[in-house]
Amino acid sequence: MGVIHFIVNEILSQAALLVGLMALIGLLALKKSISDTITGTLKTILGFLILGGGAGIIIGALTPLGAMVQAGFHLHGVVPTNEAIVAIAQKSFGAETAIIMAAGFAVNLILARLTPAKYIFLTGHHLFFMATVLAVVLGSAGISGVSQTIIGGLFLGTVSTMMPALVHPFMKKVTGGAPFALGHFNSLGYIVSSLIGKGVGKNSRTTEDIKVPKNLGFLRDSLVMTTLTMIIMYLILALAAGPKALSEFANGGNYLMYAFMQAIAFGAGIAVILMGVRMILAELVPAFQGIANKIVPNALPALDCPTTFTFAPTAVIVGFISSLIGGIISMFIMGPIGLALIIPGMVPHFFDGGTAGVFGNASGGRRGAVLGALVNGFLITIIPALLLSYLGKLGLSNTTFGDTDFGWVGIVAGWFAQFGVAGLYIATFIVCGLFVALASIVSVRTQKAENQNGSGNSVSA
Amino acid sequence: MKILAVCGMGFGSSMVLRMTIEKALQAMGKTATVSTSDIGSAKSEAADVIVTSEEFSDLLSDRGIPIVTVKNYVDQGEIEAKLLPVFEQKEE
Repeated sequence: MGVIHFIVNEILSQAALLVGLMALIGLLALKKSISDTITGTLKTILGFLILGGGAGIIIGALTPLGAMVQAGFHLHGVVPTNEAIVAIAQKSFGAETAIIMAAGFAVNLILARLTPAKYIFLTGHHLFFMATVLAVVLGSAGISGVSQTIIGGLFLGTVSTMMPALVHPFMKKVTGGAPFALGHFNSLGYIVSSLIGKGVGKNSRTTEDIKVPKNLGFLRDSLVMTTLTMIIMYLILALAAGPKALSEFANGGNYLMYAFMQAIAFGAGIAVILMGVRMILAELVPAFQGIANKIVPNALPALDCPTTFTFAPTAVIVGFISSLIGGIISMFIMGPIGLALIIPGMVPHFFDGGTAGVFGNASGGRRGAVLGALVNGFLITIIPALLLSYLGKLGLSNTTFGDTDFGWVGIVAGWFAQFGVAGLYIATFIVCGLFVALASIVSVRTQKAENQNGSGNSVSA
Repeated sequence: MKILAVCGMGFGSSMVLRMTIEKALQAMGKTATVSTSDIGSAKSEAADVIVTSEEFSDLLSDRGIPIVTVKNYVDQGEIEAKLLPVFEQKEE
């Protein structure tokens, strides 16, 4: 008994070791060499601790944000940045997140094996982020322990099967039928963008004929973009708040210089977190892929959104700018409709807006790209604000999840959690069942359309 | 031989790229270490070859090492065809 007690309390309750254990199991399953196995496991554990270090920097850099927005606008100010909130959340829900991630991947495998929706979600950081959303929302609603991980795993596995399936009809148009699907949790934004493109895009030419100046390359360096935006935002907010609001933080120094340095510290924190995420995923994702190939060899891999960027690079820039404009417009209406002030986060607007542009362009040319991404910008402002009230204590940390699917899944799970444990189980089973049915119907239709065009696609990646 | 797969963040599409490159290497019977990197770090990280998309290759062209540009991240054939000349050049 003593041994089991030790394993449960000393190892499985340590999130870093739990994630390391997942990597170890994956490496053993792939029959890697002993040196690879040791390095991979250690690096994963290191990555998790680095994540925590980055979280500390981010928390420090975000401290004055709340005070500035409160003093300047009398609102609660939030910068949606997945990496930041995920790193902060691991302190309270690290172990639950890791178990939900593993359970969710298992559910995704089972569904891909048994239903027509044969998609394996391989975007590791989004699995990790969605697992965090579910751990936080359920945990904050008082659902803990085994129920938290079962419900979380069911939701994660279901949405990571369903979203690639629902996006796939549009995805095929984007990639010209390349043998992979989209695994990215802003899929609601891409579906909306594609439908808008269909509606408005009659006779609209493609974005790819537009000549984009070569010197826009710096836009693709998201770390630089994030830091630049934070500098501009912090200086504007500091001016609006005035020196008094910041005097308690600035330790007698100049309040603008203080805001400037905190904005740069935010960028540094993100850089540290990204390094941690990179080290965690370096082993987990290939392990997930190796396991998936053995269990569902005929499935399509669902991959990260920049895999679509190469098919319409100009649409990415057009979408990013449109989405950002949408974010800025909707930022001004958040206060009047009683929501938190959502400051546009560069990372979500670039990746989500850029991909929404690619999808809007595929279904409706330039007009589709501009309007589809613009609406995406509204969505990734309003939905993160609505999610805040379900995040418990973390909702007060001045950052939140940025993408649409994190928002709606979190809101649904949080709403169900009010029914008590039994009610939550019933509601989850019903809704996840409906989701699987929807994913299956769409997949069968997509497959049928494909067979009529006479091209097969059962290629495993 | 060290190959660097590069994307904006260093763990999303570059991870996909890394897995495809590893498959391609196996098929070609070549050995190399493949790691992922974000565009910021890729400017200074030690490597013999960089594999990335067209947008990023412009930003890394001043590194003075061969850069392979890929359109379809899961197309093993495309990567094999583009990597083979690089290996042949190295072996000369």
